Amino acid sequence: MPNSSKNLDALLRRRFDSILNAWIAAQSSEGVLRRDLMRESEIRQQSRAILDALATSVSRVDINERIDLDADEWADLKQLLKEATDRRVERGFTPSEMATFILSLKQPFFEGLTNELADSPSDLLKQAWSISRILDQLGLYTNEVYIAEREEIIQRQQTEMMELSTPVVQLWDKILALPLIGTLDSVRAQMVMENLLQAIVERGAEFAIVDITGVPTVDTLVAQHLLKTAAAVRLMGAHCIISGIRPQIAQTIVHLGVELPQVVTKSDIQSALAHALRQMQAQTYAQTQHGPLFAELGHHRG
Amino acid sequence: MDEFDPGAGEVQIFEVQDCLLVAIQEDLDDRAVLDLQDRLTERISKTHARGVLIDISALDVVDTFIGRMLGSIARMAAILDAASVLVGMRPAVAITLVELGMHLDEVRTALNVDRGLRLIREQIDGRAAGNGR
Repeated sequence: MPNSSKNLDALLRRRFDSILNAWIAAQSSEGVLRRDLMRESEIRQQSRAILDALATSVSRVDINERIDLDADEWADLKQLLKEATDRRVERGFTPSEMATFILSLKQPFFEGLTNELADSPSDLLKQAWSISRILDQLGLYTNEVYIAEREEIIQRQQTEMMELSTPVVQLWDKILALPLIGTLDSVRAQMVMENLLQAIVERGAEFAIVDITGVPTVDTLVAQHLLKTAAAVRLMGAHCIISGIRPQIAQTIVHLGVELPQVVTKSDIQSALAHALRQMQAQTYAQTQHGPLFAELGHHRG
Repeated sequence: MDEFDPGAGEVQIFEVQDCLLVAIQEDLDDRAVLDLQDRLTERISKTHARGVLIDISALDVVDTFIGRMLGSIARMAAILDAASVLVGMRPAVAITLVELGMHLDEVRTALNVDRGLRLIREQIDGRAAGNGR
């Protein structure tokens, strides 16, 4: 075992309890011992486990080398830190409180080292530097865990929002409606389109009403997305009606020079539904005129 | 015209009353599309078909070439006085075509074969006004 590691290791073993006590005292004086969020016995238990794992890790590596937290020697300690961070995040600790929790371990170490190596200042400095590096890394690691945790929450919420934001409702036999609410960005527009087309296939819809009453602003990009959706719906063999066009939006569309050819636009969902029903009635009429022929033709398909 | 040869990779054309039914069974390569275009136009003029129905529900992959050819076939059919309709396009294919900027405005579409035949019938009988376009 390298000499420097041995010193630190020995120090940790010999003065484990005093370091632990000093650490908790330091946490208290730094103001991160949040008794309002966590019981002191729990904090003590957590701190003991972390310190113990730290001692084990330090005994296994050469701390004068580059500290690689991804190495196996640090796995147990990292797992402990992750759990501690997760638990603290849940209870509302801030990331800096979390980092300070780890960094407050410096003071007890420095004090312990000062006592041990009082007669050899160069060793003392070296050891202090080593432990400082390790603790900094660990502090940063808790920060990373914290951010990852948050990131995950954001991701989950985003997915949930996406799922919530594109409901396809069946208004009538063969008539689907898609009430859009909120801003339409590319990702969402893509999802809206996919959902709508899938629903058209599944329910054999002939009309798809896209209601944009809840879309606050329509710019070229949004208009482009609407146009694409309408075109795709038509390619599938259904008709697209865009409803809920406010005067403001009508103005914008014209000013932007966006053309909406082949798309029926209606001011509200009611007139869109009326339009669809009228069209279907016309079809039914045509159908009754040629009923027998269709039946005959229909039988020939695979 | 060469006799119809149901060789591998060749798209079959069925005659149903006064319509031609094309059921594309697998993804097409460029040669197969050109071949289909040749044979279909021949067939339309030979049989005096009034309508052409192209079922692409099995088509999974499209590119600009196939998209363009689907459009051309519709236009050619129209010139040969046959109503045409494209049926059963998959959502993924529709999205791809739209993203490629191919809206195929000249092509009539329907969700399935049944509705496609109905559409053709309407068009043949000159009652196309009521189809909502």
